[in-house]
Amino acid sequence: MDAKELYAALRKLQEPKGYFFNADEEMTLPLLESLLVNKERFGYMACPCRLASGQYEADKDIICPCVYREPDVAEYGACFCGLYVSRAWNAGEIPHQTVPERRPPEKVLAALG
Amino acid sequence: MNNLPVKVFALSTCIHCRHCKEFLDEMKVPYDCVHVDQLTGQERKDVVEEVRKLNPSVSFPTVQVGGNVVVGFKKDELIRLLEL
Repeated sequence: MDAKELYAALRKLQEPKGYFFNADEEMTLPLLESLLVNKERFGYMACPCRLASGQYEADKDIICPCVYREPDVAEYGACFCGLYVSRAWNAGEIPHQTVPERRPPEKVLAALG
Repeated sequence: MNNLPVKVFALSTCIHCRHCKEFLDEMKVPYDCVHVDQLTGQERKDVVEEVRKLNPSVSFPTVQVGGNVVVGFKKDELIRLLEL
């Protein structure tokens, strides 16, 4: 599967839930490619913008769509990595700002083993 | 442009990290870059600890500009700190 096929497959699932792909394909397609890289590396699609450990249990919260997507999209209109956004974000009705990391750093440090 | 030393702590899969480096390249700013996801074992632990001291949330990119730290790809902050 390549990024475009993944895009088509996920879009059908996520849009009905209110999560849209970033309209900027120069963001979305590289991010989807990175998810495929991580699927290859770890066996699961760990968030491309977070340091995954490679241990499933330790990385569960950052497997895309991560558990932080809902609060991030609710608050900022976009998830941390910018893959999923709200309709309003794509329409330019809300500002595009850097989404701060919501994941507790302890989870990153614990996963280092 | 000033000549403050720049170090980018990045992930090879992160688009924001990639855009940050592309911007620095475009501006002809020399920098060091560490792809933390490509490190293993003690080296990874040591570098993550280095990042944590600069950026307690241990997120990426973390950009060191002299004695300053920019968390995330924030073009305006880089322009201001580097006097671009």
